Amino acid sequence: MPSRDGRRAGRSPMAAPRSFLWTRRVVLTLLAGFVLLPVYVMISSSLKPLQDVSGKFRWIPRGLTVQPYVDIWDTVPLARYFVNSLIVAGAATVCSVVIAVFAAYAVSRYGFRGKRVFTVTVLSTQMFPGILFLLPLFLIFVNIGNSTGLALYGSRGGLILTYLTFSLPFSIWMLIGYFDSIPRDLDEAAMVDGCGPLRALFRVVVPAAVPGIVAVSVYAFMTAWGEVLFASVMTNDATRTLAVGLQGYATQNDVYWNQVMAASLVVSVPVVAGFLLLQRYLVAGLTAGAVK
Amino acid sequence: MRHLRAAAAITLAVSVVAGVTACGGGTSSDGGSNESPKTLTYWASNQGPSIEADKKILTPELKKFEKETGIKVKLEVVPWADLLNRILAATTSGQGPDVLNIGNTWSASLQSTGALLPWDDENFEAIGGRDRFIDSAVASAGKEGEPPAAVPLYSLSYALYYNKKMFADAGITAPPATWDQLVEDGRKLSKDGKWGLGAEGSNLSNNIHQTFVLGQQHGADFFDEQGKADFTSDGAVAAVKQYVDFMAKDRIIAPGNAEYAQNQSLTDFAKGRTAMVLWQAAATTFAAQGMKPEDWGVAPVPVPAGAPGAGKQTNSMVAGINMAVFRNTRNIDGAKKFVKFMTSDAEQKILCKTYGSIPPVKAAQSDPAFAAPELKVLRDTLATSAAPLPQVPNESQFETAVGTAVKELFADAAAGSPVTTESVKARLEKAQQTMQS
Amino acid sequence: MTATVTTDPGTGKQARGTTRGSGGARRGIPRIPDRIRRGGLPYLLLLPAVLLELLIHLIPMVVGIVMSFRQLTQFFIGNWGAAPWTGLENYEIAVDFDAPIGEALLHSFFVTCVFTFFAVGLAWLFGVTAAIMLQESFRGRGFLRTLFLVPYALPVYAAVITWAFMFQRDNGLVNHVLHDQLGITDQPSFWLIGDNSIYALIVVSVWKGWPFAFLMLMAALQNIPRELYEAAAIDGAGVWQQIRRITMPSLRPVNQVLVLVLFLWTFNDFNTPYVLFGKAAPAGADLISIHIYQSSFVTWNFGTGSAMSVLLLLFLLVVTAVYLFLTSRGRKGSHA
Repeated sequence: MPSRDGRRAGRSPMAAPRSFLWTRRVVLTLLAGFVLLPVYVMISSSLKPLQDVSGKFRWIPRGLTVQPYVDIWDTVPLARYFVNSLIVAGAATVCSVVIAVFAAYAVSRYGFRGKRVFTVTVLSTQMFPGILFLLPLFLIFVNIGNSTGLALYGSRGGLILTYLTFSLPFSIWMLIGYFDSIPRDLDEAAMVDGCGPLRALFRVVVPAAVPGIVAVSVYAFMTAWGEVLFASVMTNDATRTLAVGLQGYATQNDVYWNQVMAASLVVSVPVVAGFLLLQRYLVAGLTAGAVK
Repeated sequence: MRHLRAAAAITLAVSVVAGVTACGGGTSSDGGSNESPKTLTYWASNQGPSIEADKKILTPELKKFEKETGIKVKLEVVPWADLLNRILAATTSGQGPDVLNIGNTWSASLQSTGALLPWDDENFEAIGGRDRFIDSAVASAGKEGEPPAAVPLYSLSYALYYNKKMFADAGITAPPATWDQLVEDGRKLSKDGKWGLGAEGSNLSNNIHQTFVLGQQHGADFFDEQGKADFTSDGAVAAVKQYVDFMAKDRIIAPGNAEYAQNQSLTDFAKGRTAMVLWQAAATTFAAQGMKPEDWGVAPVPVPAGAPGAGKQTNSMVAGINMAVFRNTRNIDGAKKFVKFMTSDAEQKILCKTYGSIPPVKAAQSDPAFAAPELKVLRDTLATSAAPLPQVPNESQFETAVGTAVKELFADAAAGSPVTTESVKARLEKAQQTMQS
Repeated sequence: MTATVTTDPGTGKQARGTTRGSGGARRGIPRIPDRIRRGGLPYLLLLPAVLLELLIHLIPMVVGIVMSFRQLTQFFIGNWGAAPWTGLENYEIAVDFDAPIGEALLHSFFVTCVFTFFAVGLAWLFGVTAAIMLQESFRGRGFLRTLFLVPYALPVYAAVITWAFMFQRDNGLVNHVLHDQLGITDQPSFWLIGDNSIYALIVVSVWKGWPFAFLMLMAALQNIPRELYEAAAIDGAGVWQQIRRITMPSLRPVNQVLVLVLFLWTFNDFNTPYVLFGKAAPAGADLISIHIYQSSFVTWNFGTGSAMSVLLLLFLLVVTAVYLFLTSRGRKGSHA
C-alpha cells in the first residue's frame, strides 16, 4: 500500500498522518484562543471594583474582589430573572421540538399538495427583520386579550408562544435535512413489521436523528434564552427574563460593568454545564449498520 | 378537500388581519373613565442607583398615598432601555399604565400621538395650579400654545464640573465663565497626557443637549416657527462647529472621546484624566468611581459673554422627568390625585432630595438641601438660564439626525480630517434632508 | 396507534387525544384506514406548526406589509385604522437614491451585503474546520467541544459589550496588543467609529456565530457512516482526500440549509450592531437592521420602516430563490 510519508508503514490505515495532527493542534489552539479572549476579559472585569473596570487594560488585573458576585443578586432580581428564563426557554424548546419533529416528518416522508408553499413560506419568515414583527404581534396579543381575557402580553405564556414559533422555521428545515438523510428503508422495514407511520417515526426515525434533534433543541433553547427585543416589550417586572434583565445593571447614572460580567458568567455556567452533558448525545446515530 | 383547507386557512387569516388592522390601537372609549377607582398602575423610570433601589425609595411614598386616598398603586420600575419601546407598545395597543414617567424630551412626540391626557387649566387646578411650577419646566412638557401633555416631576440642568487640584496646579484660580476662558483654561490643562475637557462624542442626546444650547447662544433655534427643521442657519452651523472645534481646533478634548457613549467622560474626569466636563448632576457617579466630593467643584456652564440668563445667555437645556397620564386610563380621578400627591411640596422635597434632582415646584426649592453647592448651581440655572429643547413631534428624529451629524464630525476630528464651516454645513444639510415632517 | 392532536388556536398548545405509551400492547389497536391516514396525516402533522406560524409570524408580517402603504407616523400610532393610505409613497422615498434617505438605505444595503458575506463565510469556515477536527476522538475532545460553544452560551448583551470594551481605543485589549505590545500600528486606531468599524463588527459577529455552525455541522457529521471512511482509507485515500471526497459531499444537504439561514440571520442581525454601536452606527458599519430600526422606532415613522422591510424581504426572497435553484441542481434528492 502506498505510504504518504515514511511513518505510514506499520500504522493502521485509518490513523491520521502527522501533518494532519499538527494542523489540528494549531488550528484548535488558535480557535480556543479566539473564543477565550473575551471570556478572559469578562472574568477579569467581573473581579474588579467598578472604578478599575474602565482603567487601562492590563493582562493581570490588580485589586481583585469578589464583591460584584455578591452585589449582582441585589442590584437586580437576578434569581427571579433566571427562573423566568429557564421556564420560558424550557417550555418553548420542548414544544418547538415536538411540533418541528412532526412537521419535518410530514415534509420529509410525504408528498402532498402545498408542501412547497409551506416550506417556502416558513423560510420567508426568516427574511423579515424582527423589529417589524414587534408591534403587530403585541397588537394581536392585546386583541386576543381583549376578546378572550387571555392576557398574553406581559405573561410568560405569550413569550413561550412567541419563542417557540421563532425557532420553528429553522428547526423544521434542519430536521427535514436530517430526516432526509435517514433512509426510507428503515421506515418501511418498521412498517412492514406492523407499525403505523407515527410509530415508525418514534421507533425508528427519531432515534436515528438524535444528534439532529439535540442540535435543534439547543438552538431552540438558546434562541429563547437570548432574545432581547420581544422580551423587553412583552414582560413586566415579575416575568422579565435574563436577557433583558441584564440591562438593568445599566442604570440612570452608572453602568455596573463588573456586575454585568459577573451576572453573565454566573447565569451561563448552568448553560455550559448543560452543553457538556448533552454533547455525548451528539454521537453516531443508530443507522450505521442498521440496513444491510 | 385540500382546496377547501387552503381556502379556509386563507379566509381565517384575512379576517384576522382585517380585524387587527381595523381595531388596531386604542380602546373604544376616547377619554378616561372611573371604572376602577381603587387601583392605579404606575410606570416609574429608573432614577436611582438601581431598579431595586427605586422600588425601595418609592414604595413608602406609595403607601402614604394609599393611606391618604385608599387607592392602591401598582408600581413597576421600567429600565430606560425598555421604557420607550413599552410606551410605544402601550400607545399602539391601548394597553398600558395609568400614570407613567417620561423623559421630558419625549413630551412633544407623545403629545402628538394623542394618547396622553392634556393638562389644561382644569386639570392643572386639580393639582394646585400651573404657577406652582417653574415656567421652563412646564415649557418642556409639550408644544407651545397647547396644554402640556405632562407635568414636570424631577428637573435637572447642565453644569460645569471642574477638578480643583488640576486647576490649582495649572494656576487657574476660578472656573471659566465664558467660552473663551474655557478654551484658554483648557489649553493650559491639556498637556502631559491630560486633557482640558471631556465629551461624549457618540452619545447622540448629549450632543444635542450641548449644541442646542450653543445654538441658543448664537441666536439659532434648530426649528423655525412653523416647526420645520432648520439646521443650516448660520447660527446652527456655528454652534455645531464651536462644539466640535474643542477637539478639532482648540485641542482641549482628547480624540478618544469621539467614541464615548457609556459615560466614559465621567470616568475620565473621576480619574483625573480630564479637568472639566459638562454634565447633569454627576455627583453620585463621581462618588461611585472613587472621587471625593472635595476634589471637584461646580460652576454654571459658560456663556459667550457676561452672565447666564435668558435668550442668548441660555446655558443649559431643561432636563428632567415629566409625569404623564394615559388618556384612556380607567381611574382618571385617581390618576390626577396621584399626580397631585407626587408634585406636592412635601413629596417633591423628599423625592428630589433622594434622587439628587431639583424640584420643578417652586415652593419645594426652598428646602435647604437644594442649597448645597452642586444643587444650588443647578437650581439657579434651571430658574434663570435654561431653555427647553424644541417641542416638536419629531424631536427624536432631530436627536438622531443632528446627534449623528455631530458624532460623525467628532469622528472626522479624531481621525485628523479637517472640520470646516463647509463640512459642518454639509453634514447638517444632509441631516435636515432626512427629517420627514 | 391513533393519536389525535388538537390545537387550541388561542394558545397554540397541543392536547393529545389518546396517548401513545412507550410500552403496552400495540398490535391489538386497530389502525386508521389507509385512505384517511395517507390523505390526512401529513396535514395533521403540520397543523400545529401552520397555526403557530400564522398567528405569530405570518399575520404580523402581513400587517407589517399593509403598514407600509400607510402613513403611520406618531400621529396615528394610537389608532392605525385612521392612518391615511399613501400608496407607494413610502417606497418612493426609500428608493429615491438621490435623496439622503434613499442614498443612505442603498449604502447601508451594500455595507450589509459585504458584512454578511465575510461574517457568514468566516463563521462557516471556522465551524466546518472545528467540526472536522473534532470528529476523531482524542483526549480533551469533549472539553474542546464544550469550550467552542461558550460564545453561543453567553448572553448577547454581555458578550458584545465585552468586545466593545476590548475595542476601545484607549483602554481596550485590542489596541493594547496591536499598538502597545506588538507595535503594529503607530497610533491606537478607532474600532468603534470610523472606517475600521466594519472589521470590529465582523470579528464580533464571527465570534458569536461560528459556534452555531460548528454545532450543526458536528451533529451532521455523526450521520456519515464510518464504513465510508474505512473503505476510503483502505483504498489509500489520505485524510485530506477523505475530507474532500466523503465529508464535504455528505455535508451538502446540511450545508445548504445552514449557509442559507446563516446568511438570512446575519443579514437581519440587530442585537450585535445595536449593542456594539448604539442607536447610530458609524457609516462604515451601518447595517440595514439598525437603519430600519432608526427609520421606524426612533423616528416613529412605521410606514417608512415597513416599506424598507418589504424591500428587504423582496431582495432576500430573490437571493434565496436563486440560491436554492443553484444548489438544488446538483442534488439527486426527490424532496425539495
